Amino acid sequence: MIRLLLALLLLLASAMPGLAVNPDEVLADPALETRARAISAQLRCMVCQNQSIDDSNAELAKDLRVLVRERLKSGDTDEAVISYVVSRYGEFVLLNPRFEARTLVLWGMPAILLVIGVITLVLAARRRGARVPAAPLSDEEQERLDRLLRP
Amino acid sequence: MIIELGHYALVLALATAIIQGLLPVVGVRRGDPALMALAANAALVCFLLVAFSFAVLTFAYVTSDFSVKNVWENSHSLKPLIYKVTGVWGNHEGSMLLWLLILVFFSAMVALFGRNLPETLKANVLAVQAWIATAFTLFVLLTSNPFARLVPAPGEGRDLNPVLQDIGLAIHPPLLYLGYVGFSVCFSFAVAALIEGRIDAAWARWVRPWTLAAWTFLTAGIAMGSYWAYYELGWGGWWFWDPVENASFMPWLAGTALLHSALVMEKREALKIWTVLLAITTFSLSLLGTFLVRSGVLTSVHAFATDPTRGVFILAILVVFIGGAFSLFAFRASHLKAGGIFAPISREGALVLNNLILTTATATVLTGTLYPLVLEALTGDKISVGAPFFNMTFGLLMLPLVAVVPFGPLLAWKRGDLAGAAQRLFTAAAVGLLAAAACYYAVNGGPVLAPLGLGLGVYLIIGALTDLVLRSGLGKVKAGVAWKRFSGLPRSSIGTALAHIGLGITLIGIVAVTAFETETVVEMKPGAVVDVGRYSLRFDGMREGRGPNYTENAGHFTISRGGVAVSEVWSSKRLYSARRMPTTEAGIRTFGVSQLYVSLGDDMADGGIVVRIWWKPLILCIWGGALVMMAGGIVSLTDRRLRVGAPARARRPLAVGAAE
Repeated sequence: MIRLLLALLLLLASAMPGLAVNPDEVLADPALETRARAISAQLRCMVCQNQSIDDSNAELAKDLRVLVRERLKSGDTDEAVISYVVSRYGEFVLLNPRFEARTLVLWGMPAILLVIGVITLVLAARRRGARVPAAPLSDEEQERLDRLLRP
Repeated sequence: MIIELGHYALVLALATAIIQGLLPVVGVRRGDPALMALAANAALVCFLLVAFSFAVLTFAYVTSDFSVKNVWENSHSLKPLIYKVTGVWGNHEGSMLLWLLILVFFSAMVALFGRNLPETLKANVLAVQAWIATAFTLFVLLTSNPFARLVPAPGEGRDLNPVLQDIGLAIHPPLLYLGYVGFSVCFSFAVAALIEGRIDAAWARWVRPWTLAAWTFLTAGIAMGSYWAYYELGWGGWWFWDPVENASFMPWLAGTALLHSALVMEKREALKIWTVLLAITTFSLSLLGTFLVRSGVLTSVHAFATDPTRGVFILAILVVFIGGAFSLFAFRASHLKAGGIFAPISREGALVLNNLILTTATATVLTGTLYPLVLEALTGDKISVGAPFFNMTFGLLMLPLVAVVPFGPLLAWKRGDLAGAAQRLFTAAAVGLLAAAACYYAVNGGPVLAPLGLGLGVYLIIGALTDLVLRSGLGKVKAGVAWKRFSGLPRSSIGTALAHIGLGITLIGIVAVTAFETETVVEMKPGAVVDVGRYSLRFDGMREGRGPNYTENAGHFTISRGGVAVSEVWSSKRLYSARRMPTTEAGIRTFGVSQLYVSLGDDMADGGIVVRIWWKPLILCIWGGALVMMAGGIVSLTDRRLRVGAPARARRPLAVGAAE
């Protein structure tokens, strides 16, 4: 069932089967093409459900793929291409959100949790350690012990 | 008439669930054994009623009774019988009924096989199960009634979504729900323990088999879903970090942590409070997953806002149960006494580390899944959190975990010897490094990370085997003696080793496919040949075909290696008549544990067709590893310890596994 929604939306989003990069889009320079693929995998197809433009065959994804390749051919760096796409489509297009004020909690979460977890564990271990020395025996108990141990 | 009977049975089930949720609790308060005993009978009756109701819906599907709206929307008279049956849960209403059926099935199992549970605990556990059942029966009856009729009845149905007309739908959802909903039993046990304010090693012994069973099913369900997506969706991806997938992955991660902490609790009476908290958390994540998938909130916040009845209803269930359980925990946790003491370097310590990393990973996935929703609700900003984020954060967290996994079983309880364990893992580490070096050499350099990842997988496998070898004394004593010792090992140790080996196999598959897969996109005309790695494919031409409810265009390819034809493959595009919906049926050929994946694209104006061919090295390891993990879970369930004093309990989940 988990996959039902995904499957449904994929189909709604893409009217035709057949996917992603078409032969006519591929750049002649393999190094440039590899960079284009890597960038495409990080850009969201805006009209699809959680697909990168590299995976999607929607018209918009195709336009974006061609756009990315054109920018690369004109000599842009990877960052410049991504910035250009973001400036046109907004940060929503980034599958890998940027590290900034509003994503602080998102990116920081694993580290924060690990630190809190480790501190808790250390404190718990200390507390356990402190608990180990038991209260000294009372006189009465000492006497009983002596009596028991006496040969 | 029979449809109305099914509907009515569901209403009766609601009444039974309410009784099961109230009277036994009163019985516990008053110390009335008759009222407490009522819980078990009510649970059985409730299961029979829901099962009848489910059978009726299935009957409506099999007989193509289009006067039932749900059947009309999701079935077709020409559909093959198996898809008529699986179509029952291939839609919202039916899948919720399946959810409910599995929930009351688990209650009935507790009632049947929990004969030697302390009677107050049993009454409380079944009562909590009944509260959950009441909430979801109400949900089905009030917002998602599958028995609604249509007047006049249409002559033909609208058919099931073609993507779902696959054997995957028959297996994946039931397995997934058996896992996801199975954790409800752990939840009920935890809440019952909090209500009683008492928890002991016996409690952990009850909870562990349930956790194991649910975990095994969930592992199977997720792996199955992943493989289904891989071959059905047509572009060879097997995990997308889609929110819908994360919804099932989070309970799995938390459940894995629970499995390990329950072990500590059973053996050493330590980590009690934490185990209870994890049990609650795991099922809470299952509920959250149900909410995410069923409310439509993921599609868009707007879709949720336009028809919020269902979403708000599940959200209410979520708030009541999660909020209630955590409040109860906050009030009562201090009543539970902390148990055994252990040094940081010990088996317990290793399992605590496991829990720390797994819960952090769960929280990371949870944050990533919900962050865009929360941010948009708070500020109106729209951002995406996709695969690159999860791969990076989750991968970084898993790396140290995988590195320490083999240490756990090698450390002693209470106080372990880290240097000794490291020494014993020397072989594993050496073989792992050798494998990495060999791989680096074989692929002529390239990225360093990939060979290291493969080496880590090998280290994990050898490390898990090391434990078994040392325990059986292989190499130190005669083979016969070693075999005797090996067969005398507790099944749970063998289960542990298997599960860890499975993890290693999956890791190897993931790394190999991620790093070394190749993709070829070409336009082909009949007769054209393209090279893919060591194989070459010749496109022989297209053929038209016709299935019961679709037409298809299939391409035939001959696969050869070194000029010799070794295999052939069909890859097709289908058009399902009822919905006029096209799908791709990828052609897949397996070589060893690697696969060649052929998918057809668009037709070109000049008569050619776009063909995408992937070479997926070692890809079957991903799911093969999951199978080994499951085998570990099943072997662990047969452990004597879990059977002693409760003969049927440990076998039951197994019998279920065989029957499904």
